Amino acid sequence: MSLWRYANPSEFMRLSGAIQPWCWALAVIALGIGLIWGFFLTPDDYQQGATVKILFIHVPAALIAINAWLMMLVASLIWFIRRHHVSALAARAAAPVGAVMTVIALLTGAIWGQPMWGTWWAWDPRLTSFFILFLFYLGYIALWAAMDEPDKAADLTSVLCLVGSVFALLSRYAVYFWSQGLHQGASLSMDRESHVDNAFYLPLLFSIAGFILLFVSLVLLRTRTEVRLRRLRALQDLEARA
Amino acid sequence: MIPDLGRYEFTVLAAYGVTLALLAALVGLSLWRARRVARALTRQEERAKAGRAANGV
Repeated sequence: MSLWRYANPSEFMRLSGAIQPWCWALAVIALGIGLIWGFFLTPDDYQQGATVKILFIHVPAALIAINAWLMMLVASLIWFIRRHHVSALAARAAAPVGAVMTVIALLTGAIWGQPMWGTWWAWDPRLTSFFILFLFYLGYIALWAAMDEPDKAADLTSVLCLVGSVFALLSRYAVYFWSQGLHQGASLSMDRESHVDNAFYLPLLFSIAGFILLFVSLVLLRTRTEVRLRRLRALQDLEARA
Repeated sequence: MIPDLGRYEFTVLAAYGVTLALLAALVGLSLWRARRVARALTRQEERAKAGRAANGV
């Protein structure tokens, strides 16, 4: 059985319709556990005080902001190579979700930064690359909206996605490229020595799982809407020509 | 009910408030648009079906 059969819109609608309720349910459960545990049951940090609780929303949102773009990149490459419409529509569907996650990461970072760094904003490598990534999201959404011909829009937005991937990767690794920035290193690591304290680690994992599941649920919902919209326009065109 | 957040109460509550509001808006708008498009497609499919029946196709 080939994975590519799910690129067929009918197969995609059938499969996504079946798994979507499970994704939503798991997202609510994981987000509920992660945020309630993180907000109500974790201690204050010895340096950051209660602001450490912002970690449970800022880190997952930033992680999704970067990885949503990378998901869009993979979907765009599939469109380029195999011309599967569902992949182009999935990339389109993910963009507003990624943009909102980028806004959440930027805003919660600014709210946290004011008492901790003494400033809402600094032209730090990670902050700046994140801001540019947000502009790429806006440009991507605007480009889709501006084009009447869907295949041409998918082509052009795929090129934009490829270019923007540089900033998505830069946002992830900026703290390693330049050491002069204000932003600290990664809060999570595969290396157990360097991640956040154990008191925050588990609720953070739940929160990240919740954000990932919410992202998947939203992308499935929005891709299904885009598939239906494409069919609606095809039927309207057919009716207009008859 | 709300834990003691000390002098960072406004900071923490503002961060959570902004996040939950944005997520709620994103989910709400996505669901609203999904329902609107699904309804429009159903109407259009019924119209197309009726048109085919009228033409004897």
